[in-house]
Amino acid sequence: MDYRDSADEAAFREKLKNWLSERAGDFAASGDEYWARQADWHRALYAAGFFGLSWPREYGGRELPPVYDVILDEELARAGAPPRPSLGYLVQGLGRHGGEELRRRFLPGMINGTERWCQGFSEPGAGSDLASLRATATRDGDDYMVHGHKIWTSYSDVADWCLLLARTDPDAPRHRGLSGFVISMHQPGIEQRPLRMINGVTTEFGQVLFDGARVPADCMVGAPGEGWALAMTIVSHEREPAELGYSARYGKLVRDLVKRVGDKPLPTDLAWAVVQSEMLRLHVRRRLSERLDGVEHGPAGSLDKLLMTWTEQAAGHAAIAVGGAGDPELLSAYLYSRAQSVMGGTSQVQKNVIASRILGLGA
Amino acid sequence: MDARLSTEQRELREAAAKLAGDLGPKSVLDLDDAARVARLEKAVAATGWRTLRSDGAGGVEVAIVAEEFARGLVDVPFAGPALADALRPGTTPATIAVDGVAPDARGITRALILRDRTLETAPLGEATVSVDLTRHSAPVTGPRTPAGEISAARAKRWRALALVITSADLLGAARGAHALACDYAKVRAQYGKTIGSYQAVSHPLAEGLALIEGSVSVLRYAAWATDELPPAEAIRAAQLAKVYCARAARTVCETAIQVHGGIGNTWDCLAHVYLRRVLAATDLFPVALEEITRGLS
Repeated sequence: MDYRDSADEAAFREKLKNWLSERAGDFAASGDEYWARQADWHRALYAAGFFGLSWPREYGGRELPPVYDVILDEELARAGAPPRPSLGYLVQGLGRHGGEELRRRFLPGMINGTERWCQGFSEPGAGSDLASLRATATRDGDDYMVHGHKIWTSYSDVADWCLLLARTDPDAPRHRGLSGFVISMHQPGIEQRPLRMINGVTTEFGQVLFDGARVPADCMVGAPGEGWALAMTIVSHEREPAELGYSARYGKLVRDLVKRVGDKPLPTDLAWAVVQSEMLRLHVRRRLSERLDGVEHGPAGSLDKLLMTWTEQAAGHAAIAVGGAGDPELLSAYLYSRAQSVMGGTSQVQKNVIASRILGLGA
Repeated sequence: MDARLSTEQRELREAAAKLAGDLGPKSVLDLDDAARVARLEKAVAATGWRTLRSDGAGGVEVAIVAEEFARGLVDVPFAGPALADALRPGTTPATIAVDGVAPDARGITRALILRDRTLETAPLGEATVSVDLTRHSAPVTGPRTPAGEISAARAKRWRALALVITSADLLGAARGAHALACDYAKVRAQYGKTIGSYQAVSHPLAEGLALIEGSVSVLRYAAWATDELPPAEAIRAAQLAKVYCARAARTVCETAIQVHGGIGNTWDCLAHVYLRRVLAATDLFPVALEEITRGLS
């Protein structure tokens, strides 16, 4: 056990710090501006060698040990920079379930940021109960034709590709009739409908209506009926702060709030947010260290998701404790924090997973 | 950067857990079993873990034993002697006293006291069971004898270790209470089903496990920091761990009482024994949330 950086880690951290300090002042603020400039940020991070750290070299990653992502998150937070793009779960999903051809074709662009992605899982009638989804993909020659209504598709308006979950076998038991696809977003038969969130942001979440959009059969991820396994890989990674890099975002917010308070005593909510964000930072260090043993992703991701959610929502409470409801930026941070206990699987679902799969309490 | 326990540390955890599991109290009634306590005392003394520190082990090892002993409600001294050993090796049998009271003094007649940087020893009065039913406390009764001085840095490191050991006690007690409640939720049935199958019961237990995992992460860093970081940083890491573990442990124990229903509010249920241990460990070397005032490291 040694929480200090190794020589290589320290060199990497130093290089990253220098790169960030050259860019100080040019970072997007939160909200729409962040989402609008997210693609540029992704490509800049990648070009400088600071993104895709632990992923395979053959797809454009750098094959560094997982703990390098902690260094990245910590320094992004310290510099007040935007967090790294939250793509890890798509990379893991496609990497684990896609065939060699799909991986070669799509992973490099996903990792280097030249191609933008969204994820088409949830539907108006299929939220927590994802397996009840109704979008269909029907074989038509060499293609499948897609019909259905997806919602909560982050970045859908700027995406080039969508990792889509659709029903290919209406007669199979509901978990087994699903398949995953990589479908182009640039085609007729796709309608975008933006969603305006409670903090006023319009560019993050969207709805996507598929009405006869086409996807070549060889763009299926895995075999027909293997969509549920793909979905489970993706949602389990989508729960992990180590994968998402959100601890950087909370660290930055809490740090900004402490600065605003200055020499005065910290409000209780802010002191608690300091404790929580430090806990999450150390928790991510521990989890990424455990991956050195090849620890598999399982239901423990749900524990991490709860810890991440509590941290973000504590930071949200701290934001209104410091700024009141009258500060637009802090109000927005607070309002946005309410989504964390819903997105990527609600807290209720996480607790069901923990109760049944870790504690064995029975359903 | 590596936050993993070593093989030796994992083996120490297993050994401490086994000892506590074999000889710790299994019920409230067991607390009064003098023969069991004597066997436990003999076994703990034989391990040499009370002098881990002077034997060259780090804060991580001491925290591992403290955590497992709290999980198993070990009711013979460990934290007190371990802290005395860290202050001045070779003074066993001894414990420490704070504010005129030795909180972990069962069977011990002298205490070591740290006042700023000055060490003193003093005789203790009769040890009696405290709020924490697994610990006997004793008042400092006689005159204090000077016992040397330590450096300011060493005094700070010792304070960090004291916060880490009490945090480990909190985490261990939380884990014990949580396991007790989960076991109960799997066997207690109402409306024809085990109560653990109801979300109203299972969700607080799921939250408890997340709090325990968060506690593990903050405590491990703080335990490592006691030896490896500059004293001020070690104290800060330990304060953070203490604040987090204290809040988490109290919540987990309250959940354990709630899950047990009426039984959880009776003296005979072990849930309050864990809760009492948590309250006592919180009060010993207390840290107020307001002390977390400096920026993030």
